[in-house]
Amino acid sequence: MRIGIDVGGTNTDAVLMDGTRVVNWYKSPTTPDVSSGIISALQHVLQESQVPNHRILGVMIGTTHFTNAVVERKHVIPVAAVRIGLPATEALPPMVDWPADLRDTLGNHTYLVHGGHEFDGREIAPLGERELSEVAADIRRKGLRSVAITSVFSPVNHDMEERAAEILRQAAPGLFITLSHEIGRIGLLERENAAIMNACLSELAEHIVKSFRDALGRLHIDAPFYISQNDGTLMNADFAEKYPVLTFASGPTNSMRGAAFLSGVKEAMVVDVGGTTSDVGMLMHGFPRESSVAVAIGGVRTNFRMPDVLSFGLGGGSLVRENGAVGVGPDSVGYELTTRGLVFGGDTLTTTDVVVAAGYLELGEPGRVASLDRELVNRTLDEIQRSVDVAVDRMKMSAAALPVILVGGGSILIGRPIQGASEVLKPEHFAVANAIGAAIAQIGGEVDRVFSLENMTRDQALEHAKQEAVRTAIEAGADAASVQVVDVDEVPLTYLPSNAMRVRVKAVGDLVLSERPWTSGAADLS
Amino acid sequence: MLGSGGGGDPYIGKLMGIDALRKYGPVQLVSPDEISDDCLVVISAMMGAPTVMVEKLPRGTETVDAFLALQTYLDRTIDYTTAAEAGGLNSTTPFTLAARLRIPMVDADGMGRAFPEIQMVTPTMFGIAATPMAIADEKGNASIINTMDNRWTERLARTICIQMGTTAMIALFPMTGRQLKESMVAGTLTRAEHIGETIRQARQQHQNPIEALRTVTGGCELFRGKVADVQRRTETGFTRGEATFQGTDGWDGRQLTLRFQNEHLLAVRDGKVVASVPDLITVLDAETGEPVTTEGLRYGFRAAILGIPCDPKWRTADGLALVGPRYFNYDIDYVPVEERLAEKSARAFI
Repeated sequence: MRIGIDVGGTNTDAVLMDGTRVVNWYKSPTTPDVSSGIISALQHVLQESQVPNHRILGVMIGTTHFTNAVVERKHVIPVAAVRIGLPATEALPPMVDWPADLRDTLGNHTYLVHGGHEFDGREIAPLGERELSEVAADIRRKGLRSVAITSVFSPVNHDMEERAAEILRQAAPGLFITLSHEIGRIGLLERENAAIMNACLSELAEHIVKSFRDALGRLHIDAPFYISQNDGTLMNADFAEKYPVLTFASGPTNSMRGAAFLSGVKEAMVVDVGGTTSDVGMLMHGFPRESSVAVAIGGVRTNFRMPDVLSFGLGGGSLVRENGAVGVGPDSVGYELTTRGLVFGGDTLTTTDVVVAAGYLELGEPGRVASLDRELVNRTLDEIQRSVDVAVDRMKMSAAALPVILVGGGSILIGRPIQGASEVLKPEHFAVANAIGAAIAQIGGEVDRVFSLENMTRDQALEHAKQEAVRTAIEAGADAASVQVVDVDEVPLTYLPSNAMRVRVKAVGDLVLSERPWTSGAADLS
Repeated sequence: MLGSGGGGDPYIGKLMGIDALRKYGPVQLVSPDEISDDCLVVISAMMGAPTVMVEKLPRGTETVDAFLALQTYLDRTIDYTTAAEAGGLNSTTPFTLAARLRIPMVDADGMGRAFPEIQMVTPTMFGIAATPMAIADEKGNASIINTMDNRWTERLARTICIQMGTTAMIALFPMTGRQLKESMVAGTLTRAEHIGETIRQARQQHQNPIEALRTVTGGCELFRGKVADVQRRTETGFTRGEATFQGTDGWDGRQLTLRFQNEHLLAVRDGKVVASVPDLITVLDAETGEPVTTEGLRYGFRAAILGIPCDPKWRTADGLALVGPRYFNYDIDYVPVEERLAEKSARAFI
């Protein structure tokens, strides 16, 4: 059996699964210390289903903590942003386009040194080793603990990032160091932004991963635990501690994967309605379609592979207003729904009150909304439906009608057919699709290598890389029969003396959980 | 908006411009009629691959190095700089030079829109040579080029640019004030400013900016609709393709197809050409009025499409020979967009 946990801003959901069957689930409020919320949710799930701890073979956790930390500018630490690229790039130093408040929170410690590569692998300049020694001295003087290193065209050649890390580590031991080529692709500012955000989360990552570990330890669950990342695959705890930025956008990914799993439908539109906002995204082959444009997190531009999700202000706590026309959201009572909503004895008219009045469901004290103007109720339902219709239509790839899957606690708001939908599915356990998505997340293997095309063709090189990625995925714990290549990225390195090409391939498969009781450590999933 | 779907993402250019203004102070903008006939003006621009520019960002001094190299070669003080094109990165490139050297910038450009090659500017039609020109990189390399015509300039400069790492800054088309007044598109920056202001004001007032944009650009609404299909293919180094829109908002039941190669070249509505290069064909987000590039078009995108008259200089025989429909392999006669729309029965498109 396995456990999926979704630690959200408002609720911590836990779900217990036996193979593909959902055994039990529970929603518990998220707590400031994180672990007591997890413990509370897990205790309910395990006690009610009377499953002994040793039958749990794996715990998969999805968390929005790191995204929220950047968005709310909380629990982030100052970062030394080191860029290798002089004399190029000087015009636009690190964090040039960041919101000023976040830049100030991180302390504005930026350094530019000589080095970096051209697109074809030639050096822009030799690495400024002496400059780096001075950077190290300054870092020590200022007492900075985390560093992000970004070199121009490091996706083509990352030697200078590695060498710079070596120099800094020697001069200032104990630093957290993030190298940009390990988390991003071409696009200097976006990759550097991701590296800096990762670096500013390094202490929080230690703390959060420790909270997860403590929670499981106190419940005597010995199984390995994993954390889900933006592409829907899992990282082990040690990897997540080093690359917290890779959890960005794992929330929508998990909901969409959970929706595909619960409904059994792999080509569909998923509408995930929460308390404040709704996310709409397209499922293709059971995976979210990726965004083709830069996505900003907390005002910072990134170029991660992220699900292409349209968010709009509709949720179970959205405020309903009437002045001429009926307005729904985008403001919401959020987690205060159970005190401020009319049916819960509060004084604020929300979407939940309206659907209770319309008889969609029974909740709280329906009598409190019995006298609501029918006309207002109908017009609010019209407005809710219109916003969903428009969002679904905007995210469609073709004019053909396709299934729409409704998930999330707020999906009770939608009771009418959706335009352009061949059918509307609301699968069982829809309220915890996110935790289920985490529980069924897959495991990946990645290859990132430069191939010389002297003695092989481009196709042979690609084939070689694909096989290696598949092998890595299987070694990390993927079921061989389920492994598929999901991403191939090639960067031609022309103008080199020997014709070469850089290939990045990712393969993923279902995680095989061993029946043996786990000790600790588990597989190396990096 | 003025890039007609091309010119690339102006993001880096925007950041460079803002940075230069912050560090060196405001740039003085003068209109062409304020400059003397015998002053010397040079165009400042970036050359190269936008895909490389997003990784190897500029040092910031390259525009100045190219400019000073050309000034030294010409052995004469250059009085003003101005822009090559109105779209993408190059609409803001001259700001970085003007701010650093504190020289005024002339409110003009060489296209009134975006095109991909050096010779595709209005001064070419007036016999103004692109050379002597200077090209400089971030390392301190600079070169002076002299060519027999502007197509050769494109060819030789492109070769040096690749060696410099596929991004370089150039200073070219040295011309007198009198030549500028006669050959360039005047008022481009003021125009861009009005357009930006229109979008911003409409947003602040929560109004749809499209009708206001149509008025401010003197354009015609060609269509409103939703992208039903997009096809792209890479041919001889260019992205060519077409996008089909199904009508909405009063255009229901009708169809419009856009053909593009870097920029939008042709708009065909219900089988008839309604606008063609060199007129501007601009695709706007139907909700926000935000312009989108050809790369941004995808299924389901709701758009308003405007046809905007190009500068009259392009509408001459010389102009059409340089950038008319036939230059891009469409065997049709150019008819100004406003005349096509006025025609009762537009020519059938073959």
